[in-house]
Amino acid sequence: MATSEFIEKFVFIFILFAVTLGIAAYATYFERKVAAWFQDRIGPDRAGPFGILQPLADGAKLFVKEDFIPERAEKWLFILGPGIAMFTALMTGSVIPWGKDLDLFGQSIQLQVADVNIGILFIMGFLSIGVYGIMIGGWASNNKYSLYGAIRASSQMISYELAMGICVITIVMLSGSLSLRNIVEEQHGMNWNIFYQPLGFIIFFVCALAETNRAPFDLPECESELIGGYHTEYGSMKMGFYLFAEYVALFTSSAVISVLFFGGYNFPGMDYFSGNTLAILGVLAMFTKTFFFVFVFMWIRWTLPRFRFDQLMHLGWKSLIPISLFNLLITAIIIAIKEGWFH
Amino acid sequence: MESLSNRKQVVSKKEMTFMEKIYLPAILGGMWITFKHLFRKNNTTKYPEEVREFAPVYRGQHVLKRDEQGRENCTACGLCAVACPAEAITMVAEERVKGEEHLYREEKYASTYEINMLRCIFCGLCEEACPKEAIFLTDRIVPSNFERGEFIYGKDQLVETMEERIDITKRQHTGKRGKK
Repeated sequence: MATSEFIEKFVFIFILFAVTLGIAAYATYFERKVAAWFQDRIGPDRAGPFGILQPLADGAKLFVKEDFIPERAEKWLFILGPGIAMFTALMTGSVIPWGKDLDLFGQSIQLQVADVNIGILFIMGFLSIGVYGIMIGGWASNNKYSLYGAIRASSQMISYELAMGICVITIVMLSGSLSLRNIVEEQHGMNWNIFYQPLGFIIFFVCALAETNRAPFDLPECESELIGGYHTEYGSMKMGFYLFAEYVALFTSSAVISVLFFGGYNFPGMDYFSGNTLAILGVLAMFTKTFFFVFVFMWIRWTLPRFRFDQLMHLGWKSLIPISLFNLLITAIIIAIKEGWFH
Repeated sequence: MESLSNRKQVVSKKEMTFMEKIYLPAILGGMWITFKHLFRKNNTTKYPEEVREFAPVYRGQHVLKRDEQGRENCTACGLCAVACPAEAITMVAEERVKGEEHLYREEKYASTYEINMLRCIFCGLCEEACPKEAIFLTDRIVPSNFERGEFIYGKDQLVETMEERIDITKRQHTGKRGKK
């Protein structure tokens, strides 16, 4: 790898890291604002104009709080938990293509940290590891509520990862590639996967809600039953990391949804532009879609009550998996007919 | 047997229909309801800057009124203290001497008049009992304090000054007194 390429990647990773963290921080602010709007309130408005300094105030508060480790907790795992949660949440963003190549300083810069040719598998893998952060943290706390939260998180993750994986297989069959960049390139213009896979989108979206532990599937941390679930024993910035990781995961999963089903950086009428204009407009389109899905995630959270655990399992195993298998089968048959296999 | 209230309902545990089982219509309906709330006017009162108006019947800190010539209305009859269910009011009566006519309206007056604001339940029965329209509950809030002793309000805090008269017209037009 040439030095210039190394520097280019380093700068891009740094920018992406900063942007992801910034967006995650402001997602907490927006979550509270959106909640307030849905409930006819104003929301945070004291820190700075319209309360836009609220995330900084929250962060400062979390930093200066007592960093407490329970006496009977497994000390190293207790510290490791939030780290894993944060790490895996941030890693999924690395294979997402944020835009077309940008021409700067006489060389083309790829707006993607790594164009892994099995990008979608990479994301699924890191999503699965993500539950380890919750499991390890919940188990190491040595608290029954935390343990319950951890168990729920892992069983929920296993149940919904299957249906999610099957949806991903249908998308891969449509575009014929595991690379996220190829999947996006396939959906040129308005040729988005959502029009071919509406059912797949709904299932994927429900599974994404479950994977990010968002309402109505926030059973691992439900306050009314588990007093906060897996992060009951956590305080200070360790808890901040868990909360933050949730918002990072929210952002990256919104990005994944827009890449898989809504054409990523493609937008209608993109053939009229070329070069850097197209690349920048593409990035804007990508972020618009992502923010829209972040909003939808919040919208759902402030609309729906939490599922009961047996309903959750019922929905996952008895509804989503058969439906997604059916969807997979239909897609396979249609592709086979189109390819002319039955002549 | 027929129920008397006609409000009896048979509890049933119905199986969900297919449309209910797929949840989506209900979820979209719910999301539409929350979406409409996005454009509603919010109900927030930004408290330290905006203060909500008290209802006319609000019962806050008491005031001992003076008449138009600045004489205390209270004649220390003790009816308020008798009426008080919390026994928060105590007083000592004194006879008016010559030369004090500009201070007290009747021949008898309260030389000390104390209300323990920690005992007081702000029921307003003292106001109801008073035959001289001397004591009223106002829309002022009794401030908090670190010391218990500070909550026993004497005449210095209760009797209004002529410079800053306390408006009690809202109380006079409510309840029984309004009909009179």
